[in-house]
Amino acid sequence: MSSRRDFLKGALAATGAMVGAGATPVHARDTYSRPPEAMGLLYDATLCVGCKACMAACKEANNNPPEFNTVDKLWDTPLDTSGYTFNIIKMYRNGTMETKDAEVNGYAFMKTSCMHCADPSCVSACPVSAMIKNPVNGIVEYNPDKCIGCRYCVVACPFGIPKYQLDDPLGRIGKCELCRHRHKDGYYSACAEVCPTGATLFGRTEDLLAEAKRRLALKPGTVTKFPRGRLRPATERMLQGQADGKGEKHRHGWRDEPDQIYEGTVGKYVQHVYGEKEYGGTQVLKLSGVTFEKVGMPNLPPYSSAATSETIQHSLYGGMLMPIAVLGALTWVAKRNVKPDDDSGEQS
Amino acid sequence: MSAQHHAVPAPVGGPLLNRTTFIAGLLIALMAAIVLYRFIFGLASVTNLSDGYPWGLWIVVDVMIGSAFACGGFSVAMLVYIFNKGEYHPLVRPALLASLLGYTLAGASVIVDIGRWWNVWNMYWPWSANPNSVMFEVAVCITAYVAVMWIEFAPVFLEKLGLKDIKKKLNRFLFVIVALGTLLPMMHQSSLGTLWVVLGSQVHPLWQTPFVPVLFLLTAIIMGYAVVLFESCIASSAYRRSIEVSLLNPMAKIMLGVVAAYLAVRLGDVIFRGVIGRSFHLSLEGVMFWLEMACFVAPFLIIGTESQRRNPARLFVAGILLMLGGSLLRINGFLIAYDTGAGFTYFPALPEILVTMGMFATEVLIYVVITRRFPVLPREA
Repeated sequence: MSSRRDFLKGALAATGAMVGAGATPVHARDTYSRPPEAMGLLYDATLCVGCKACMAACKEANNNPPEFNTVDKLWDTPLDTSGYTFNIIKMYRNGTMETKDAEVNGYAFMKTSCMHCADPSCVSACPVSAMIKNPVNGIVEYNPDKCIGCRYCVVACPFGIPKYQLDDPLGRIGKCELCRHRHKDGYYSACAEVCPTGATLFGRTEDLLAEAKRRLALKPGTVTKFPRGRLRPATERMLQGQADGKGEKHRHGWRDEPDQIYEGTVGKYVQHVYGEKEYGGTQVLKLSGVTFEKVGMPNLPPYSSAATSETIQHSLYGGMLMPIAVLGALTWVAKRNVKPDDDSGEQS
Repeated sequence: MSAQHHAVPAPVGGPLLNRTTFIAGLLIALMAAIVLYRFIFGLASVTNLSDGYPWGLWIVVDVMIGSAFACGGFSVAMLVYIFNKGEYHPLVRPALLASLLGYTLAGASVIVDIGRWWNVWNMYWPWSANPNSVMFEVAVCITAYVAVMWIEFAPVFLEKLGLKDIKKKLNRFLFVIVALGTLLPMMHQSSLGTLWVVLGSQVHPLWQTPFVPVLFLLTAIIMGYAVVLFESCIASSAYRRSIEVSLLNPMAKIMLGVVAAYLAVRLGDVIFRGVIGRSFHLSLEGVMFWLEMACFVAPFLIIGTESQRRNPARLFVAGILLMLGGSLLRINGFLIAYDTGAGFTYFPALPEILVTMGMFATEVLIYVVITRRFPVLPREA
C-alpha cells in the first residue's frame, strides 16, 4: 500500500507553512524610530494647574460637541477620551490630597491624548491605510474617507487612544492629530497654544526631549525659565525680530508670537521622560512628579508590538513566497488524489 | 484507492416547511429587523460595545469562532485530497456545505459590524491596502476562500441542473481549487490569531505569544473535525439516518492526534516563556486558562479508546468539548484576557445575541433546503 507514503507526503506539504516559518532565516523587522523632524508635545505635570483650558480649546479646534456626565448638563464633563474628546486632563488623588505632585497624601494631573508613537500599533493594524504616519513630521493621521470602521486601531492602541463614534450610524474614529488642520495657517496644537503655564508645550520632539532633560537635571525648588506655547529652537530665538527676514525663515511657517518665557520653580520630578523610549519612543513626551503608572501611563517595553506583528506576517507572507511554495506542494499532491466524482448521481 | 465504494450523494427529499425551518425563519426575520435598525441608528443602538470593548459578540463569535466552526470542509478535504484518505469522501460534501455557509455568513456579520461599511471596497483597492496589517490579510484571504468554496461546491448545483459539460470542465481543474481551498484557511485561520499580537501587553501573557498563529491553525483543524462529529450526529438524528461510525471513529482518532500536537505546543509555549505560573494565580484568567485546557484534555478520556469511539454519544460529547475549547481560546484572548483599562465591562446585549442566533438560523435553514433538494448527503443504502 502506498497510502502510508502518500499520507506522509501530505503531512509534509500541509505542515510546510508551520515548519517553514521556523526553518527560513527570518529578517526581524526592527522597531521604527521617530522621523528627524518629528513634531509633538511636552506635558509637564508639575506645571499643570488643572484648568482644563486645553480641553476646551481642543473641543473648539476640532469642532467636537460637549459630553455631559453631570445631572445639570451645563459643562463639558467627559470622563475619558472618546470619539468626541481627543484630550483630557485626569486627576490623581491620594489620602488627604495636601501636596501637589506628591504620591502620598497628594494630587497630580495627567494629560491623556494621542502619543504619536514612532511605530504606532494603529497604523500597523489598519487594513486600509486610513491611519497613517506622516513621513516628515510623524503625525499619526486619520482619513475617514478610507476608514471602514473595523475598530482594529481602537483594539490595538496600548494607550487606548483612537475611539470610534459608536452612537452615530456614520461614525468615525476620533483622536488627536496635533491640530494638523491648523498648521497651514501657521497655528500649532490648540492645547499648547492656550496652556497658561506652558505645561503643554508644542515643538519638535527632539527639542522637547532636550528641554525635558534640562528640567530633570535641575535641582527641585530652584528657579528656572519655562517657555510657553511653542518651543522655539535656539537659532530661531536668536534671529527673532531681525530685519533681514532670517527669523522668518527659521520660524518654518509658524505665526510670529511674542516670546513667552517666564521664570518659575523647578518641580520634584520622577527621573524619567515618559515617551523617550516607550514602544520605541513617542512624539508626545511627559514629565511627572508621581510615578507614571499611578497616573495612568502604562508600563511599556522599548520595542513596539507592530514590529513583532509585522515580523510574523512578513516571515509568513513576505513576497508571497511561502504561500506559493505551499500551494505548489498542495497542488501537486491534490492532482494525484483528486478523483472527480464524475459518475456520482448516475451509478454507484 | 481507485474505485470509490461508498454511497453517492443524493437529495434527502421531504418537506421544506417544518418546525425547524419555521423557527429558523422567525429568527431570521427578527435578525433582519435588528440589522435594519442598526444601519439606521448606529452600532450603539443595538450593541453593548464601548470604547473599552470595541469588538464584541459579532466579531469574536460570528467571525472568529463561526469561521473556525466552518473549518469542517477544510479539515475533511485535507484528509481526503491531501492525505489521500479516500474513504472519508462521503463526509466532504456535507462538511463543505456547512463551511461555505459558515464563512459566507461570517462575511455578512463583518458587514453588519463594521461602522463604515460603505468604504469596504478600500480593502480590495491597491492604493488603500496595507500589507502590514494582519486584518488586511485575513479579509482578503477569507473573501478569496468564500469564492473558492462556492466553486468547490458548484458540482452539487451542476449535477442537479444537469449541466454535465460545465461540470466536466470544472472537474479538470478541480485539484487547483482543492489545493487553494486547503491553503487559504491555513493562512487566515492562523492570521486570525496573529490579530492579537499587535495588542501587545494588553493581552494576558498566558495568551500573548508569537506562537498564536500555530495555536489558531491547529485549533481550527480540530474544530473542523469536531464540527463534523457534531453535525453527523445531529443530521443523522434529524433525518433518522444511520451514523457513519465506521468513518467517524478513525477520523476522531486522527483528530485526537492533532489535539495532542496542539496541547504540546500550547503547554510548551507557556512553560518555555515562563508564564505557566500565572495560571495558578487565583484570577479569572487562571481559571479560564485551565477551563480551556480541560476542554482539550477531556476528549482523551471520553473517546481515547477504540471501543469508546464506536459510541456515537461519546463522539458527540467529545466534539462539543473541542468546539468549546477552541471557542474559549478565542473568547479568552480577545475578550476575557484583553485588559483594556479599568472601568469597562462587556456582556452582549439581547439584540446582539439575537443577530448571532439569526445568523446561525440562516445557516440551518439553507443547510436543510440544500440537503433536502440537492445531492449532498450520501444516499441511504
